[in-house]
Amino acid sequence: MTVPTPDGNTGATSGPATGPAVDEPATVEPGTPVRAGLLRRVLKNPTAVACLVVIGLLVLVAVLAPWLTSQDPARSSVADALAAPGGDHPLGTDGVGRDVLARLLHGTRTSLVGAAIATGVALLVGVPAGLVAGYFRGWFDALSSWVANLLMAVPAIIVLLVVLSVVGQSTYLAMAVFGFLLSPGVYRLIRASVTAVREELYVDAARVSGLSDARIIRRHILPVVAAPSIIQAAQMLGVGIIIQSGLEFLGLGSASQPSWGSMLSDAFQNIYLSALLLLWPGAALALAVIAFALLGNALRDAVENAEKPRRSKATAAAAAATDARDSAADPRPPSVPLGQLAGDEVLVVRDLRVRYPRQDGSNSTVVDGVDLAVRRGEVLGLVGESGSGKSQTAFSVLGLLPPEASVEAATMTFGGQDLTAMSAGQRNELRGRRIGYIPQEPMSNLDPSFTIGYQLVEPVRRHLGLSKAAAKEKALALLARVGIPDPQRVFDAYPHEVSGGMAQRVLIAGAVSCEPDLLIADEPTTALDVTVQAEVLDLIRSLQEERDMAVLLVTHDFGVVADLCDQVAVMQTGRIVEAAPVHVLFAEPSHEYTRMLLDSTLEDAAPRPPLRTRAQAPATAQEVQA
Amino acid sequence: MLGFLTRRVLSAVVLVFVIASVTFGLLQLTGGNPARSIVGQNATAQQEAQKAAELGLDRPLLTQYLDWVAGLLRGDLGTSWFTGQPVSATLADALPVTMSIVLAGLLLSAVVSVLLGVAAAVRGGWLDRVLQVVSVLGFAVPSFLVALVLALFVAVRWGLLPATGYTSLTEDPAGWLRTITLPALALAVGAIAATAQQVRGSMLDVLRRDYVRTLRARGLADRSILFRHALRNAAPPALTVLSLQFIGLIGGAVVVEKVFGLSGIGTAALSTAAQGDQPVVLGIVVVTVVLIAAVNVLMDLAHGWLNPKVRV
Repeated sequence: MTVPTPDGNTGATSGPATGPAVDEPATVEPGTPVRAGLLRRVLKNPTAVACLVVIGLLVLVAVLAPWLTSQDPARSSVADALAAPGGDHPLGTDGVGRDVLARLLHGTRTSLVGAAIATGVALLVGVPAGLVAGYFRGWFDALSSWVANLLMAVPAIIVLLVVLSVVGQSTYLAMAVFGFLLSPGVYRLIRASVTAVREELYVDAARVSGLSDARIIRRHILPVVAAPSIIQAAQMLGVGIIIQSGLEFLGLGSASQPSWGSMLSDAFQNIYLSALLLLWPGAALALAVIAFALLGNALRDAVENAEKPRRSKATAAAAAATDARDSAADPRPPSVPLGQLAGDEVLVVRDLRVRYPRQDGSNSTVVDGVDLAVRRGEVLGLVGESGSGKSQTAFSVLGLLPPEASVEAATMTFGGQDLTAMSAGQRNELRGRRIGYIPQEPMSNLDPSFTIGYQLVEPVRRHLGLSKAAAKEKALALLARVGIPDPQRVFDAYPHEVSGGMAQRVLIAGAVSCEPDLLIADEPTTALDVTVQAEVLDLIRSLQEERDMAVLLVTHDFGVVADLCDQVAVMQTGRIVEAAPVHVLFAEPSHEYTRMLLDSTLEDAAPRPPLRTRAQAPATAQEVQA
Repeated sequence: MLGFLTRRVLSAVVLVFVIASVTFGLLQLTGGNPARSIVGQNATAQQEAQKAAELGLDRPLLTQYLDWVAGLLRGDLGTSWFTGQPVSATLADALPVTMSIVLAGLLLSAVVSVLLGVAAAVRGGWLDRVLQVVSVLGFAVPSFLVALVLALFVAVRWGLLPATGYTSLTEDPAGWLRTITLPALALAVGAIAATAQQVRGSMLDVLRRDYVRTLRARGLADRSILFRHALRNAAPPALTVLSLQFIGLIGGAVVVEKVFGLSGIGTAALSTAAQGDQPVVLGIVVVTVVLIAAVNVLMDLAHGWLNPKVRV
């Protein structure tokens, strides 16, 4: 048997675990009646109900075993050995003529009691130790954490072998020892939960207001600890049954007690004669453990769902912003259409729509019929607040929206090629090679595990087919070109070893490394210091002029627009509300929203008028909209 | 890095020492009289005293303990009370068997977990549901039950692979592979369930990161993005789970060895613990813990290699 280590067992059953699951305790709002709420939610889950029914039946069988069969599970009769099912023995007899059904029913009792002992001991040791260590810290925390780590580093079954050789064969005593070996898992879980909640403001407040530690623990800490303990207990019951049957299989349990493990051992000895003997204890064992494991999972889901009610992703904000317009009676004018094309457009997009499915089955539209075109050598600024759909528009052109997004466009051509007709592979050939991308946040956009040099060389080699040496030379030249003083050092550095401004230069170098026709920059300066911002903008401008690239610049900052752009399109809630050459837009903004955005830009803005009270103030764009 | 490694090795040594000492203490609680059980019930008191003197059991407990520790430091694990064989010889026979099935099981679970976890994270849908089912089953069905079922069908019924026995690697590599396949498979099932779930979780986490989108924007091949970049960043937590599985596999080997009739560490532990052959039991505990400590240090090295921030 794989002895599930106290830590490993939670990892095994956790859903989308992101680390040893014990380190992320489920925390619940304080004061909520955890048990009552949890129970109600669990009862709505059909899997959990099925598990509870199975466990309930097993408990009944364990209690009623002597009345369910008239056979004595221990009485052997060699004459009846390996009898076929039927007659007095509905499931036949085992290798020494004992009744299989009786042993199965009585074995349920042994398994459940043993598992309950192990779980009880683990909770009795782990919960108080975890509470004290997490709440009071200090020497006890240091000592108990050390012991816990120590215990987790020994294979449970070897320890049990040693202990059983000392105390003699006793199933229940072995399970008590095993419970002690499981307790570090409980300890770490409880300690992590307590440590997390201890820092919460309401616990601080309770402490400051002079409540005693005992009262704080009872009122604020215990409710938080209850849910993870129950989940852990369900899983430990399953593990307990496994370990116990393993010990009995090895012949280490109490010989007189009927058990599933000893039945398996008997079946194993007779594997050539009667393979059917394996079936009953094997099935009972699997059924019981699966019931506990699934119950643990269902409990975890119930707790986690209570914790974060309904939050999809970053797109939720965008979706929320556009919710209003999904009604048929949308009073707003449609997106500004594209005018006459000049013929040298690198990118032409017409009637682009991006939708995300909602949980209730309807769709939310985050880009709603957008038209745009960028000519060679031209910089188009796509401006708007966060949630206006400007980044979604940019990523649709790159083909990098998450798979659940649905993207439709009447036209989406790049260099005359129809992007909508291309396969995923063909789109991928364009990315990096002919369409470059500069992200917003420099530090999170470099792979932390690879050197900067590697991240520059890999795409260059793939797209341009250069040799390693030639690619390295090109990368060093690029680093020098984007204004990095010591290219070799940065080439050899890992992302965490360079500054944010430096990292953004690296990303720009990566974006232009294959001399793309179109550069898509998503808020390229937002995350940088003001002084670095200007330098990076200068760099983008000079690269754009030098290579005569088309640039689609996504930004919320009119200062950036003024510095870089030739054309501007203003986006609001998924539509373009105004599009114009930059000097026209700055001189005479025609749309209310544009004027509001311009007013909110401090740089290059006229000094503000004296403060007026709200009653006198002109309505803001939001108020107009509302 | 060197300082970090030194600290880890030191703490591993402390771990081994503490566990060995606790086990030594525990075994003293056995009560009874080891010399009596060795010479048998029919021996005279003089024979018993002679045996006790021969094994050094008549000395004070502290002396016995210090002696044993001194031997341990020299790499001398003593001799078996019952067979008179050096403990190291017993271990040298048993260890290759256990390590063969445990390491093969570990390798198998690492490979399958990565493939299954990555596929479930990337494809989602039915593959993901299959993984969820496999996880619950792998967790719930103890490996000795898997071993029994494998032995019954693959070995006994279909006769595809041997049901019992072990062929040493140096003697006959093909035969070795045939004898360890079923035990390693039985051991791997549970480890796969836990590790694949972790790989899936951390892959999903990494694939949501900004830098993965940027790598896609650079037009890299999916293969490179998934297996070179994402997997490498997703590996550390999966490695942690895998190293915990190593502990589980050593425990699991005890039972699996019994099913497949292998005379490995588990079988030795089972028989000598029942006998009360303390030097051998202690030797087994020490070797097991040393192995686990060594794996932990190796994992630390792997973390350092995977994560440049640790490397400093």
